[in-house]
Amino acid sequence: MRDNTQTLEAHVANKSKISATGVQVYYGDNHAIKDVNVEIEDKTVTAFIGPSGCGKSTFLRCINRMNDTIDICRVEGKILIDGEDIYDPAVDPVQLRAKVGMVFQKPNPFPKSIYDNVAYGPRIHGLARNKSELDEIVERALRRGAIWNEVKDRLHAPGTGLSGGQQQRLCIARAVATEPEVLLMDEPCSALDPIATAQVEELIDELRQNYSVVIVTHSMQQAARVSQRTAFFHLGNLVEFGDTDKIFTTPEDPRTESYITGRIG
Amino acid sequence: MTDATHSSLLKQGARTVKRNRAEARFKAYGLLAIGIGVLMLLVLLTTIIGRGTGAFQQTYLTLDVTLDAAKIDKKGNRNIDDIKKVSTFGYKPLLVNAFETMVETTEITSDLKPKAMSDILSKGAEAQMRDAVLADPTLIGQTVTFDFLASGRVDGYLKGRVTRDSIANDKNINAEQLDLVDQLRAADVLEKKFNLAFITGADSSDARPEAAGFGVSMVGSLAMMLVVLALALPIGVAASIYLEEFAPKNLITDIIEVNISNLAAVPSIVFGILGLAVFINYMHLPNSAPLVGGLVLTLMTLPTIIISTRASLKSVPPSIRDAALGVGASKMQSVFHHVLPLAAPGILTGTIIGLAQALGETAPLLLIGMVGFIASNGPESISEGLLSPNSAMPAQIYEWAKRADPAFYERAWGGIIILLVFLITMNFVAVMLRRRFERRW
Repeated sequence: MRDNTQTLEAHVANKSKISATGVQVYYGDNHAIKDVNVEIEDKTVTAFIGPSGCGKSTFLRCINRMNDTIDICRVEGKILIDGEDIYDPAVDPVQLRAKVGMVFQKPNPFPKSIYDNVAYGPRIHGLARNKSELDEIVERALRRGAIWNEVKDRLHAPGTGLSGGQQQRLCIARAVATEPEVLLMDEPCSALDPIATAQVEELIDELRQNYSVVIVTHSMQQAARVSQRTAFFHLGNLVEFGDTDKIFTTPEDPRTESYITGRIG
Repeated sequence: MTDATHSSLLKQGARTVKRNRAEARFKAYGLLAIGIGVLMLLVLLTTIIGRGTGAFQQTYLTLDVTLDAAKIDKKGNRNIDDIKKVSTFGYKPLLVNAFETMVETTEITSDLKPKAMSDILSKGAEAQMRDAVLADPTLIGQTVTFDFLASGRVDGYLKGRVTRDSIANDKNINAEQLDLVDQLRAADVLEKKFNLAFITGADSSDARPEAAGFGVSMVGSLAMMLVVLALALPIGVAASIYLEEFAPKNLITDIIEVNISNLAAVPSIVFGILGLAVFINYMHLPNSAPLVGGLVLTLMTLPTIIISTRASLKSVPPSIRDAALGVGASKMQSVFHHVLPLAAPGILTGTIIGLAQALGETAPLLLIGMVGFIASNGPESISEGLLSPNSAMPAQIYEWAKRADPAFYERAWGGIIILLVFLITMNFVAVMLRRRFERRW
């Protein structure tokens, strides 16, 4: 217990929210992630970039243990959030996922009303004691998702009836409604048009005030626009990790340079 | 002004002509196939309706009978126990008298003896009078108008099944009786009426096809369906959810999966003999009971329900599961809050189709004796609930179809109409449910 408190303090001092050391991921015989070490800071946006199949989404899904749902997937190494190992046998992945929210590549609202979409998480976690508290939580989440003004008059319309960009912002609102500390985004804009993308990017920048955001993206421009830190993955290796400005201007590794200049990927 | 070396778009090339012809031929085959299918269906439906509608009409004779106290209550004290001692045989003279009176008081004439005249009625006519008297002894001494069932032969004569030629060697009816029938018909006392007793009544003995009804076997089928629904739906859905959502994918679950598919293809008679061996011989459940029939049909329906439920669970997009897990729902919450409601229409449809299949199943019922001959109407025939011996709709149809008297054959077709109405209704409900609850994402 004492030890825990000390490590926790050490991490707070470090500003490191997530700390991964020696992470290996196997899909059956396929070694998908090879010895990744990364420190993700609180209240920053960290972007994972890299060519398709490089393991960036796989690594992202390790952070909230979504890979548990895949039978053949095996994770080794340590991932600490606030100094606690999330792969410790005592950790319940369900509890972890309430703390580490996730937004997926394709907008996936539940086929329920907008209100119910957002209220679902708070309901199952018992965050609201009564209807008015729940209403407040829903409104706050929708405001943070920058979609409140568009949907406040039709909260009971189906969430699937919204446009693609609105659906994705609804999913972000749904993710923040459970008050997570970390928000994982797996290519959140890949299914969106440029205008909706701009709205979501603006939103990500605002979310940085409260959360540690990790975003996987295929678009290097997007990584450059929204993130403060960038990690470049290639063939399962974390090739380079550092300040976004530095990665895009003076990359250290030749592979990073080839990728951002468009020679590989 | 096209160049000679370029082909014109206005003229079809040889290959295109060939391809278009092949397409036209294929369309014609398709139309032909559909045409044959529709034709078969029409032949089937017209045959069933043409032969079966007769069962819904029955010939009745309206006759005034004087319930002579001297015959049926000899002591004259209206004591119900004494009246009960008079058997149906004792009511025969009343019937004979009634015919005698009819010939005397109306223009109807016949050379037949009154006893022979009374033979145009069903053999249940005396019982009908006795039942009326036992139900209300004050009728004794009065003249009461009864609607008697005519005998199966007379009914057949009115429906064209029996002709004057066909009765040449028939001991049950003769030409003079048919002359009488013609006169009674002209006098409007003998006519065909809607036969509610066919839909609500019980089966009858070989000698009285006119009184046979389908109702009790409908109750038997209904009781079996309740058993099937109560067992197969929860077991099937629970098994599917476990297999689809929770079970690890390994050799054991693979074997289970293959075996479920195999079970769906096992001939139903195998389930029948299994039911006979296990439920009746080993567990000593009663013969002919809807409970046993229901258990056997449950075994048969389970694979259908499991397969359709798994298919509808599979068709729910994984993104919905991800979404639920992503906001911190447990596996079970994600299944019960999101996946199951989306799969429900498919599950319901599969269940109803499985039930409809079970409803029409005959072979296993023959083996466990669900062809009980239940002649008594009303509640006494089903007093033991799921354990009282009964028949089922398809088994009843089979029973009638194999009896000698063509009057039963007509009733078998009538039973088929009722069975088809049930099946079509169930399928219609299945389609409606799917339409109503189908959600898009």
